[in-house]
Amino acid sequence: MSWLTSAASETQITHGDRLWLYCLAGLIMFLLVVPTVIVIPMSFSDSQYLEFPPRDWSLRWYDEYLETPRWIRATITSLKVAFLTMLVATPFGTMAAYGLFVSGSRYGKAIFFLLMTPMIVPVILIAIGTFYVFGKVGIVNSISGLVLAHTVLSVPIVMIIITSALRTYDLNQERVAQSLGSTRIRAFFEITLPQLKFSILTAALLAFLTSFDEVIISIFLSGGGNSTLTKQMFSALRDYIDPTIAAISTLMIVLSTGLMVGLQLIGRKDRRD
Amino acid sequence: MAKGDQNSRGALGAKQLRAAERKEAAMLLALTIPAIIVVALIIIIPVGWLFSLSFLDETGQFSLANYQKMIEYKSYLRVFRTTFNVSFLTTFLCILIGYPLAYFLSQMPRKYVGLFMLTVLLPFWTSLLVRTYAWLVMLQRNGLINNFAIDLGIWDTPIKLAHNLNGTLIGMVHIMLPFLVLPLYAAMQRIDRNTLQAAANLGATPIQTFWQVFVPLSLPGVVAGSLIVFVLCLGFYVTPAVLGGGKVIMVSMQITAILEDQFNWGAASALGVVLLVATFAVLALASRFLKLDSVMFGRH
Amino acid sequence: MVSDRPASLSISVTELTKSYGNFYALNAVSIDVKAGEFLTLLGPSGSGKTTLLMAIAGFNRPDSGQICFGDSDVTLMPPHQRGVGMVFQNYALFPHMSVFENVAFPLKLRKIATQEKNQKVMDALNTVQLSDFANRRIDQLSGGQRQRVALARAFVFGPTILLMDEPLSALDKKLREEMQIELKQLHRKLGVTTVYVTHDQREALTMSDRIAVINDGEVKQIGTPREIYNRPANSFVASFIGESSFIPLARDAKGGLVYNGVTIADMPSGQSAKAWSLVIRPERLSMVAAKAKIQSSKLYFKGIITELVYQGETALMMMETGDGETLIARMNTRSGDDIDSLAEGQNITLSIDKKDIIIIPGGAT
Repeated sequence: MSWLTSAASETQITHGDRLWLYCLAGLIMFLLVVPTVIVIPMSFSDSQYLEFPPRDWSLRWYDEYLETPRWIRATITSLKVAFLTMLVATPFGTMAAYGLFVSGSRYGKAIFFLLMTPMIVPVILIAIGTFYVFGKVGIVNSISGLVLAHTVLSVPIVMIIITSALRTYDLNQERVAQSLGSTRIRAFFEITLPQLKFSILTAALLAFLTSFDEVIISIFLSGGGNSTLTKQMFSALRDYIDPTIAAISTLMIVLSTGLMVGLQLIGRKDRRD
Repeated sequence: MAKGDQNSRGALGAKQLRAAERKEAAMLLALTIPAIIVVALIIIIPVGWLFSLSFLDETGQFSLANYQKMIEYKSYLRVFRTTFNVSFLTTFLCILIGYPLAYFLSQMPRKYVGLFMLTVLLPFWTSLLVRTYAWLVMLQRNGLINNFAIDLGIWDTPIKLAHNLNGTLIGMVHIMLPFLVLPLYAAMQRIDRNTLQAAANLGATPIQTFWQVFVPLSLPGVVAGSLIVFVLCLGFYVTPAVLGGGKVIMVSMQITAILEDQFNWGAASALGVVLLVATFAVLALASRFLKLDSVMFGRH
Repeated sequence: MVSDRPASLSISVTELTKSYGNFYALNAVSIDVKAGEFLTLLGPSGSGKTTLLMAIAGFNRPDSGQICFGDSDVTLMPPHQRGVGMVFQNYALFPHMSVFENVAFPLKLRKIATQEKNQKVMDALNTVQLSDFANRRIDQLSGGQRQRVALARAFVFGPTILLMDEPLSALDKKLREEMQIELKQLHRKLGVTTVYVTHDQREALTMSDRIAVINDGEVKQIGTPREIYNRPANSFVASFIGESSFIPLARDAKGGLVYNGVTIADMPSGQSAKAWSLVIRPERLSMVAAKAKIQSSKLYFKGIITELVYQGETALMMMETGDGETLIARMNTRSGDDIDSLAEGQNITLSIDKKDIIIIPGGAT
């Protein structure tokens, strides 16, 4: 109870005075988290109508997912595309971020804004635009086309992460290495890159998730045998509320959370060393 | 090196040094080329093509027919009105709900902020589709919200919360909230605590300090966050498509419908251009309040 | 306008303790500030001086102790009711208001009538010589100008107590010295009780009626500038204010304090310390000519010059005595004193008037 009368800030307003704010904020945070998390227990519900709390527990929707070929095919496609996107977007974005940051050229600002346009242009336009162009070139419904489009979405994110990491990094280390006889390239790979390891990993992870979770472009650019998981889910949602989606959603949440937690653990181990 | 390039002591002249510096800068900039190529292929060319398509009619000749249709056809006007209404309402609700949350976060001691931030950041690494789906399930007639409310006696008969405007708004607010809270929180963090103490010292009660000093100083953050949310809402597709039940038609959905039903690239791209122009206009306004380039760009 | 409210109140702090976990920022501190006086809290960073000021302002709640303004106990009073004027180190001006609006803010809160309010604001701005800047925005002002706005805002509503937390530390040297004099004149004009925090001893000596030297959450000594400089009570004050040389003293059979065979003083009464030291201020030492007569009113030190540094208006000399003690001396650089004829390694004799020596318990810190 003494906590309630203690000061919450230098103006001596007490925690008790602010209790209403704490409750309200708590409610909002609860409501932010619940919709994401509620899918998980619901996916174990035996009923067609996804009850909460589930009256009977079962794994039928997971079985449904694993036994339906189109779901599995779509999952593999999504994983492939996301993985390839990660492999392409991370080096492209890192190089661009480093080049812009270090050169300090007056064209840098213009290039930076150019590379940020994927975040500004509404995704629907990117989707139909590429759909049109790819249609003319003949690479619609192809994995490479999709990877290209997803890469473009991920590059700005990678750049933002790497640029912010470069800000706290002491570039003088590269200059010292050069004064000691190393070429610029070698200095980058041997001195800078290892220190940016964690940020690059974070950027790669976010590139992966951006591609894996992406919906709109996938709807237009993937189709038939090459449909992504998200496209299939969207189609299923439009028609009826397929309970299998709950199981898939749970797996997606587990994947994303697992990757993020793994990243944090690596980061902590990295810092401790 | 020509004889005149060196001064009497054999050192490099200013011209040589500047040239070397320019060469180095050029090589560094060259690192951005792969990224530029990809962006050009996927953004510049397609969007440019769309732009030109919008000015062609069915016969392939230059015309403003597509744009004229937009002003004349009632259905288009309805789509614009719906899009702007939904975007405004979502932004307004996000401010209403997001401001207290951002304020709470800004008042928390450093060691707890990270934990609470997780709840705001969690949506970012959860798929948009998953969240939309979750709301669809929760907002059903016999879904979680209705059952919960009836059990508690808040209302008697199930309310139609999904497949209409209400459901769409609820879903969109949930998805857009972090986009408002994060920049707003950052702006609130930047407010100098001493200013609040000075206000108290000069006689302002905590409530007066909040309204007369804190809120005005947090307004740039509110504006920045609202503009980001608004712009995202304008182009939004998935959530209104799933939760709107066909009754809430936003620009992005109209574009898709035109392509699916009529394959009319002229009309679809014209709508797209309007959306793009609106987006840029709002963002240009935003960049006045949120200093985007100093936040993201290099060592300058 | 005659007001029955006093122009300024005294402050009495009694046994004030404030701790953060195991760290005691203030340890049973007691200070009495007389109404209308300019008291400086002087100490190094982390000494607790800002914590004490913040406690007086109401921005932290002490663990125990009492704070009174005049006859009222304000210990539990929230900061917005205390009615003290405060100038923060980084000025804390409201960036979204103009200069005029900043200064008018406390008057607006007190619901002062518009005409009177405008008059008071302009009077305050006149006093700090910023009357032409009333409509400027804060980011258009220089550091010195912002400082004056912060000052005007702090006294415009006629507080009975003024608190200042290192207000001049962000200014460059010349401006700082000008502002010190201006603040002193302002204090004389307003007559308000002022508590001033600084780590700069010269600032404290220049501006204060009294100085309270603080370290480790305790008041080490409180007194006028002369008292603090000439009669430091302990080794901390002696070394923090001014430069000093410390020389340990021996005791003779009667318990008196002895240096080099010369009894300097009797053991000061009422003191329990066993060891005592001599504190010598460098500027009080004079060179002694080789053939000069020994005077009984002076104390002599013989030794070798170890270092000689020309510093413009004075020259710094370090000298090692026969018993291995180091003395620091400051010599005038008048041509008559002929500093240039001295060199390191040379023998030299220095003297100090016995009235100028300082004795403190303990040794050097």
